[in-house]
Amino acid sequence: MGRLLVETQALRKSYLTGAGALEVLHGVDFSLEEGEFAAVMGPSGSGKSTFMNILGCLDTATSGVYRLLGDPVSDLGPDELAVRRNRFLGFVFQGYNLLPKSDLLENVALPLLYARVPSHERRRRAMEQLAKVGLADFAHRLPGQVSGGQQQRAAVARALVGRPSLILADEPTGNLDSQTSDEIMGLFIGLNGEGSSIILVTHEPDVAACAKRLVRFLDGRLVEDSAVAERRTLPPATDPAANPAGG
Amino acid sequence: MLLAMFLEALRAMGANRLRTSLTMLGMVIGVGAVILMLAVGEGTRMTVKRQVEALGTNIFIVLAGSFNTGGVRSGSGQRQTLTLEDADAIRALEGVGAVTPVSFASLQLVAGGRNWNTQVTGAGEGFSEVRSWPVADGREMDALDVQQASRSIWLGTSASAELFGQDDPLGQTVRVGVTPFTVAGILSSKGQSMDGRDQDDTALVPFSSFSRYLQGSQFQGRVRMLMVKSRDGVDMAHVQEDMTQLLRERHRIIDPMADNDFFISNLSAVMDSAEAAAQAMTLLLGAIASVSLAVGGIGIMNIMLVSVTERTREIGIRLAIGARRKDILTQFMLEAVLVSVTGGLLGLLCGAAGAWTVSRFWNTSVFITPFSLALSFTVSLGIGVFFGFYPAWKAAGQDPIEALRHQ
Repeated sequence: MGRLLVETQALRKSYLTGAGALEVLHGVDFSLEEGEFAAVMGPSGSGKSTFMNILGCLDTATSGVYRLLGDPVSDLGPDELAVRRNRFLGFVFQGYNLLPKSDLLENVALPLLYARVPSHERRRRAMEQLAKVGLADFAHRLPGQVSGGQQQRAAVARALVGRPSLILADEPTGNLDSQTSDEIMGLFIGLNGEGSSIILVTHEPDVAACAKRLVRFLDGRLVEDSAVAERRTLPPATDPAANPAGG
Repeated sequence: MLLAMFLEALRAMGANRLRTSLTMLGMVIGVGAVILMLAVGEGTRMTVKRQVEALGTNIFIVLAGSFNTGGVRSGSGQRQTLTLEDADAIRALEGVGAVTPVSFASLQLVAGGRNWNTQVTGAGEGFSEVRSWPVADGREMDALDVQQASRSIWLGTSASAELFGQDDPLGQTVRVGVTPFTVAGILSSKGQSMDGRDQDDTALVPFSSFSRYLQGSQFQGRVRMLMVKSRDGVDMAHVQEDMTQLLRERHRIIDPMADNDFFISNLSAVMDSAEAAAQAMTLLLGAIASVSLAVGGIGIMNIMLVSVTERTREIGIRLAIGARRKDILTQFMLEAVLVSVTGGLLGLLCGAAGAWTVSRFWNTSVFITPFSLALSFTVSLGIGVFFGFYPAWKAAGQDPIEALRHQ
């Protein structure tokens, strides 16, 4: 197998509330290798979102170890975490989270701005990613001028543009109808086929069934970690020409 | 990087045009008021300065002393203690540029069919240098005129117009009292004095001619008043001290406690105090205008705080995809500075337009100094940085998870 991307040991997270410390993660051991595609499932309050936030370097654990590409990140400050998010991670959110007043091209190019990539290079690479998700013709539309599925594809392009080691998707199909969901999942399967490593949080068994590995959380503990028995296959993303390596 | 952020700041400004323009208006008014007030203050200062300079700068007036008999003191210049020899001795002092005795009287001038009452000054050949008042047409008074008590007269432009109208006065005869004088020159125009008197309504004759033909003084060779011009760049107080010392020695005032029998005053002191008053007015006006500038700055801060709250989610997205705190800080600071500097530049134009309007319709002189322009620009930049910092710092300190959750 590939190299170890993510490794956590005895990861704990607690929040201080009025009623005392509330522990939401009770020691999670998890690891993910390059090229894996894991789906994280679990009911609300199971701690999966907190877990994802820590993996995404958006939050830090109260105790335990988290290594990203072998490098411990538990004690890093906000700016060092920002650099790691920018360099190694790509995010896809449930609500797309595109900047409403910037067109799709600018949205996709944004991570490269913070990576200090020169302007023409930013545009070239953003355009390349938009073409890959079948949105070349929509580059100069604002997010409000395209469909939800197209917005989510632009968000995937934005997650990919910095050539991250790991893509973290938080309920990427939560706001989409089933057909558009399948489109997006087709895109993810394709990306994984090309070698991208993906961790995806979802409520929907159908969506989870697209992954290769299933991780289940309950009450702040990792209770199941298994290979997906019957993996769903989906047609590649809507525009096969735009996604030649689609699954 | 900075260019991309600059473009984003421009877009953010454009996205809320009304709000941006209103915020800018605060800066426009503030900077405009500062420019206008400083222009009015500076204009006043220049007017005062010009008026004092019209008298001639670095000039001393030496008056013959008052007499004091039985406790009744007359005004200065009543006792003829100054002599022409005193004038020559002062001229020899280091630091003294020119000296002239001065006498004057209001006399009737007659030329052809016209007559006119004007102030006639008797002075030496140093007069034009001391008063910085050259001859515009004809010849300057020279030592020979004074030596021979020539019956030559120099007219101010207004007096000349009253006596000769459009005719050429040079070489014409003007009778002063009963003595005929020949017009040797026309003095250049000096305009109004500080008290509003027309300085060009005057005539000038050699000092010797004045005492011989016009004054009939019983004290030949004595003068009531000397005007002394110091050389450029010398210390006025030092020259005054030298003159006092010299005159006391010449007048044999040995007792160090004894009063001077002369009186020296200094126009530069008048000018200094007048300028100081005008300067104080400029400062006061500037201070009042600065208040509106500060209010403009607070307006920017207010709007930036609203903007940071409104755009919390945007900040969260930027942080999530790798923006560092300083990137967010720079972005919001740039927006604040852009608003304040654009407002400042517009205010500069408005202030200049206002100053022009004031000078045109209120007949007040205004003067916009490059300093006030540079100051306003720098201050508006500073206001953007100062009042933009807190909102930008607040934006940069957001927690990405909280910010992303913000609706």
